[in-house]
Amino acid sequence: MSADIHIAPTTDPAKLWRIASRVAGLAVVAALVMLLGGVGLPPLWSRIILLVGLVALAAVLLRGKYAKFFSGPSAYVATACLLLLIVLAIFATELSPQNPYDLRQLDIMDGRQPPGSTNFDRTLTFHLGTDEQGRDILSGILYGLRVSLSVSIAATLIAMLIGVVVGIYAAWAGGRIEAILMRIVDFQLSFPSILVALMLMAAFGRGLDKIVIALIIVQWAYYARTVRGTALSETRKEYIDAARGLGLPAWRIVFGHLLPNCIPPLIVISTVQVANTIVLESSLSFLGVGVPITQPSLGLLIANGYGYMLSGQYWMSMYPGVALLAIVAAINMVGDRLRDTLNPRLTR
Amino acid sequence: MLVFLLRRLAQSVFVLIAMMVVVFFGVYMIGNPVDILISPDATPAEIEETMARFGFDQPVYIQFLKFVGNALQGDLGRSFVHGEPAVQLILSYMPATLELALLGLIFSIAIGVPLGVYAGYKADRWQGRAIMTGSIFGFSLPNFWVGMLLILIFAVELRWLPSTGRGETVEVLGLRLSIFSSNGLQYMILPALTLALYKASLVTRLARAGTQEALMQDYVKFARAKGISETRILFVHVLKNIMIPIITVLGLELGSMIAFAVVTETVFAWPGMGKLLIDSITTLDRPVIVAYLMLTVLIFIIINFAVDVIYTLLDPRVRVKGEAA
Repeated sequence: MSADIHIAPTTDPAKLWRIASRVAGLAVVAALVMLLGGVGLPPLWSRIILLVGLVALAAVLLRGKYAKFFSGPSAYVATACLLLLIVLAIFATELSPQNPYDLRQLDIMDGRQPPGSTNFDRTLTFHLGTDEQGRDILSGILYGLRVSLSVSIAATLIAMLIGVVVGIYAAWAGGRIEAILMRIVDFQLSFPSILVALMLMAAFGRGLDKIVIALIIVQWAYYARTVRGTALSETRKEYIDAARGLGLPAWRIVFGHLLPNCIPPLIVISTVQVANTIVLESSLSFLGVGVPITQPSLGLLIANGYGYMLSGQYWMSMYPGVALLAIVAAINMVGDRLRDTLNPRLTR
Repeated sequence: MLVFLLRRLAQSVFVLIAMMVVVFFGVYMIGNPVDILISPDATPAEIEETMARFGFDQPVYIQFLKFVGNALQGDLGRSFVHGEPAVQLILSYMPATLELALLGLIFSIAIGVPLGVYAGYKADRWQGRAIMTGSIFGFSLPNFWVGMLLILIFAVELRWLPSTGRGETVEVLGLRLSIFSSNGLQYMILPALTLALYKASLVTRLARAGTQEALMQDYVKFARAKGISETRILFVHVLKNIMIPIITVLGLELGSMIAFAVVTETVFAWPGMGKLLIDSITTLDRPVIVAYLMLTVLIFIIINFAVDVIYTLLDPRVRVKGEAA
């Protein structure tokens, strides 16, 4: 008997995927920190890392299910459209001909020019026209996409975090605490989200941070209810009993066992919820209680051009409207495909 | 039973009180209203005087108790801009919003039910799938964007319908309504259609699910065996059976129609409560904002309470659970 036993290095695919997803997630977080904090690598590099990280996360999420996800041409179109819009939003600074937030670059003489016209010095072509302040609509759309997307994604993620904590706590604690928490959730969900958001913005005033907070407050209850439902059905399963039988402390059961099993259904919900949040944010901005005038989102761009639409100067609100429609429709269609692909009820 | 309803009523009152606290501290305590009431070059003595006149010099809890006391008597302050009592002002704008919401409900049934029944009938064919994809758009399209598009098509390009405003009104039972005059109705069509779109997709989905279920019932088989035409089966036999849940759901959604009217009214410059709210937010007319919020909360609490009462009467399980708790 020779001792010729080869021990293969661990190539457990699940473990590799887990590592890949963590690396991608870390890259995204690091890139965001560098971009928001203005530290580290140059912005262009951070943006590239952000994009690659996001694509990698999506690839990890869909591993082994590409065929199912890309069934039918609409899935390709929606994914390509969403990817394009995300690229445009991330690289808005590099791609747009003008910085619409920099008032020095704007010239009132270029105001309300139709699509295809050039500016006063003939150095710049306004492919989609300009608004009343001489702001290039194309640049406005690119920056507006970034504002709309980042506000909505940030609000959705934080609301999801709060909702997960509250929902799991309610399901785990049970009894009186659960009753009180769920009463609050029921109470909030009995009001339409636009009304709650309007109330909050009426009290807060305009501002990027304020609208994010308002959108978080509007959404958290929805996640709390969903997570509680999932967590309740999960706590009755045998693996939780097994974990309890091992004598694990409560926090380890909750964070190590319960939480990972409550997350997957949330991914699908949150995708569609980002689209809803974009709609809500743009509605609030359209009403003039959303983002500040200095950093217009798509909704505010539409509102700015709205007054001129009746006199035939359609481009100021029409093109931002098309961009809004495209991003909302693309997210919704991708969300629809995700639901069919990842739905735990269908696969189990 | 009675115990459950009393508990529910107590909860509603508690919610109302909580909302009063939130609204008061939210709207009243942020910034100093005096700053926008008097000219910037007023002397300190004048500021003092104005503060005292509005009671802003008193401690917070006294101000709050005064606010609650007045609110209980139906007095939520006087509008800075219009000079009228805020509650009265909002009530005078209310009929316009209500008739818009009502016409919106009618439209959403008129659009949603035929589409939904047809989609249910052709559930696995391309027609059914196309309608369902369309309903996704109805859910996800921003309300204001749809309104803008309708204005662009029907008012600016085709010039069929007026774009903004309210048109002629007729006095009915002391209320000024435009639903009864043909000119007023023309002005209502586009905003009501905009408001209806979201609910129409909801109705489409409900009607589709209902139709699919109803088509498997025995009475449909019997009607087919009798040789009744498919159209008649769908729009007489099936329709009668699916309308009850649809109307129930829509009745419950009336409240959210009023909330969504804020956006629609702003797009179409429709002089309703929602437009008043937005105008008040831009002019910092605090009493009107507070009054609008309190009134809307009251409407929603009444609707929710009524729903709970009806469910309790209809569903014994709710009753038993309520008594056990």
